[in-house]
Amino acid sequence: MTETIKHHLNDAILMAYAAGSLPEAFNLMVASHLSLCDSCRAQAESFDALGGEVLDQMRDDEVADLQPESLEATLALILGGPMDKPHVAETDVCAVLPKPLRDYVGGDLEAIRWKPIGMGVKQAILPTSKDASARLLFIPAGTAMPDHGHHGTEMTMVLKGAFQDEDDYFARGDVEIADSDMHHTPVADIHEDCICLAVADAPLQFDRLIPKIAQRFLRI
Amino acid sequence: MLWVEHVARIRDDQDTQAFAELFAHFAPRVKGFLMKSGADASLAEECAQDVMATLWHKSHQFDPARASVATWIFTIARNRRIDLIRRQRRPEPEDLTWGPEEEPDQEDVLTLQQETEILGAALAELPDAQRELIEKAYFGDLTHSEIAAETGLPLGTIKSRIRLALDRLRHAMK
Repeated sequence: MTETIKHHLNDAILMAYAAGSLPEAFNLMVASHLSLCDSCRAQAESFDALGGEVLDQMRDDEVADLQPESLEATLALILGGPMDKPHVAETDVCAVLPKPLRDYVGGDLEAIRWKPIGMGVKQAILPTSKDASARLLFIPAGTAMPDHGHHGTEMTMVLKGAFQDEDDYFARGDVEIADSDMHHTPVADIHEDCICLAVADAPLQFDRLIPKIAQRFLRI
Repeated sequence: MLWVEHVARIRDDQDTQAFAELFAHFAPRVKGFLMKSGADASLAEECAQDVMATLWHKSHQFDPARASVATWIFTIARNRRIDLIRRQRRPEPEDLTWGPEEEPDQEDVLTLQQETEILGAALAELPDAQRELIEKAYFGDLTHSEIAAETGLPLGTIKSRIRLALDRLRHAMK
């Protein structure tokens, strides 16, 4: 699976993914990158293992007392539910979109419902919780990406084609992590149209509860 | 190899004794974990029972060459927390093409389980200041900046302590 990925996820993001403290859009980014990158997947599994050890080593005063009939109630739940079958891997080696993205799009590239946003650039916003946003971007070969003023953390991963900014070249699976101080103008490689996944902290919404999680992520 | 045998007995023989032993160790931890993440006692109880029932129903999917039982239960509890408390989907990475359908190699199982023990020992030996921050990151559903607000430590100190802790753990795993 792993291609020649040069720009990876960092420890803070992988640890937050394992801890479960990222907004849905960022979870989608991480899951998509891990689908393409074996080394980050191995790191993510180590962070899961650390979570397991933290759980296992909880101090006595952190462990909660159960209800008196807790075990019996759980056994009753078990009898009521079906036994899962052995897991069958769902993979499609020909697809451009990794599985987590196909689940959101409802298929591979042909299922994306693009909306033009000017200069030949198209986008498709994916349905995630409102604390952050996820969208697919289509940038014609050789075209500059639309100016996206960064208000917080934005991550962009290449799915098809490539793009280049002042310093670096990003190809399939590479992730660019940008924060609010960053000003740059990425341009799609001249040889092929570029398709990316971009996730960002959304501007504040009216629902006060949800944006708090986005703000948390902002300052990781 | 702690607990691996228990899961095999549940999977192969529907062994309620093995389940009761696993339950006695892990269910109070899962409940405590959920309460630290903001669930009240009754929701945490309900979720903990649900997590342990999932362990039984999904016992066929447990792959001891890829995770310890504690890791596996942690991931089930974490996903349930996102699902029930936060009401969000949690996208998971694509399955690897060489899925866990076949019986895992015993040597791989042993290696993974030994590595987990080393990781556990290294975590237990971390200086308190580092260990506490790791626990907060996993339990409290907190980012570094929220830990800063809670502990009064500067953000830079927290980041460097977590980095030091991860360096130590990685060193122990070499």
